[in-house]
Amino acid sequence: MKNSGKIITKDLNLFIGKQHILKNVNIVVPDNKITVILGPSGCGKTTLLKSMNRLTDLYPEMVLSGQILIDDKDILKAGAEVPEIRRKMGLLSQRPYPLPMSIYKNIAYGLKINGVSNHKELDDKVEYYLRLANLWDEVKDRLREPASTLSIGQQQRLCLARGLAVDPEIILADEPTSALDPLSSNAIEKQFVKLKSSYTIVVVTHILRQARRIADHIIFMYLGEVIEQGSANKFFNYPEMDKTREYLKGAFN
Amino acid sequence: MMLQNREIRRLRDRLNVSWMIVILAIVLFLPLLLGLGLFVQSGLLLKELSIWNVLFTSQWMPMSGKFGLLSFILSSLMVTVLSLLIACPVCLLTAIHLTQYAKRYVLNIMHPVIDILAGIPSVIYGVWGILAVVPLVSKYIAPLFGVQTSGYTLLAGAIVLAIMIIPFILNILIEVFRSIPTELTEASLALGATRWQTIKFVILRKGFPGIISALGLGISRAFGETIAVLMVVGNVAKIPTGIFQPGYPLPALIANNYGEMMSIPMYQSALMFSALVLFVIVMLFNLASRIAITKFETK
Ligand SMILES: Nc1ncnc2c1ncn2[C@@H]1O[C@H](COP(=O)(O)OP(=O)(O)OP(=O)(O)O)[C@@H](O)[C@H]1O
Ligand SMILES: [Mg+2]
Repeated sequence: MKNSGKIITKDLNLFIGKQHILKNVNIVVPDNKITVILGPSGCGKTTLLKSMNRLTDLYPEMVLSGQILIDDKDILKAGAEVPEIRRKMGLLSQRPYPLPMSIYKNIAYGLKINGVSNHKELDDKVEYYLRLANLWDEVKDRLREPASTLSIGQQQRLCLARGLAVDPEIILADEPTSALDPLSSNAIEKQFVKLKSSYTIVVVTHILRQARRIADHIIFMYLGEVIEQGSANKFFNYPEMDKTREYLKGAFN
Repeated sequence: MMLQNREIRRLRDRLNVSWMIVILAIVLFLPLLLGLGLFVQSGLLLKELSIWNVLFTSQWMPMSGKFGLLSFILSSLMVTVLSLLIACPVCLLTAIHLTQYAKRYVLNIMHPVIDILAGIPSVIYGVWGILAVVPLVSKYIAPLFGVQTSGYTLLAGAIVLAIMIIPFILNILIEVFRSIPTELTEASLALGATRWQTIKFVILRKGFPGIISALGLGISRAFGETIAVLMVVGNVAKIPTGIFQPGYPLPALIANNYGEMMSIPMYQSALMFSALVLFVIVMLFNLASRIAITKFETK
């Protein structure tokens, strides 16, 4: 049977020592939509996001069980193909972390890792993705400068371009606008809406208003559990659970 | 009352500030004074012989007025470079393993162990060098290359020195790698890079200024190390032509002879000049690594 959904988790549990961080998480992330993960601080949103591209491997103390299906394949069983699985998922973190190299190389790095070596092709792709992330005009004359000289908002767009350049199918964004000013936040939100026809986008956010603006689909978590999930319209207008209603009223903040 | 209190406090504040400036000045001027003192004391030698003659000839015959330091300088450089060649890969690989691959408790156990190793007095390393490293070189390593030697060689000195500076460099490198945010590793992995590619292209590059400074400090340390090296290196005043030859580093020269030859002013002056050379070279190493840091830090 073909599941409908780009990412599906089945009874996903995650422990750190005795701490139960993710509790029986069963979610469905639909294709070509913006799925927003909501929930109060510390409820496991970042951890859930990291488990989706196996970045939890970096923390030997984390123990996972259950399944995470991406295109119906369980990535928790993957071995040597992990880098390829990760490539399929662009990651945008809370604060931008440009690689310690030039603006140009920040984009070219992922391309080279994935086998592009032709100079012309590199140049073209760097330009293409910088344009896609709305950054080209601002940086085209300073491509050789260290990426750390960019403003934070520009760095975040660079990170977006860098992630898109390796041709992912999924974009995982963890509070991607929390370090940005309203204008840059807005630019990133617009990007997501523009990109969603070609990608599956998962965004973690604290900001309810942002969720209302961009979400098609909502996953609401509380203390490691998924309380409610479904279409954004239904979630905001006809929430089913008490916890959801409290959260929407701002009871947890 | 209040006012008085405040005035007292302001006075105390100002006193504190001026005291700090005095102390700072002393701390800053002390090395300068030291260098100047050595320079003045070297005057006698430099009046007789040209500086080039002293630095670039290798005949050391104090009784006949020949004070060529070249063999000592070269010995020092060779022992230092060799020890760094041994220590550098060991330190880099260990630091990378401990910070990137090992479970956290391993690092938590290793860190204090490394600290303790760094605190062992150097004479103990010297004794251990005589008991273990010298025989190792003469019985096992040298025969591998078809060489016969007593074991008191540059190589023995370099090995002992490497073992001494490894904990010192390792400690700095662990801090360097630990201070690199995990998010950077995550970013690289998320692009499809492997762990090793991430280390090679991102971690090592990000840590580069720190690595340079760790190695620079290691060099300064190794170059000036006296006792442990002196005990195993052979102390023969001849330009060494290979790692299985004995050497005679600058610090050993000074430590071995100072005090004995006070009656011969030229000799004393020559040793002072040796100290000055040592001082300047270590300063240059330090300066160079600092320049390297600031140059790469902007990236
Ligand atoms: N490496 C780790 N070691 C120990 N505990 C961790 C680690 N990572 C996360 N946790 C714990 O897991 C829980 C979930 O953390 P997570 O970062 O996923 O929350 P979050 O929902 O993203 O919160 P926020 O909105 O504040 O970012 C927290 O209780 C946190 O303390
Ligand atoms: Mg988080």
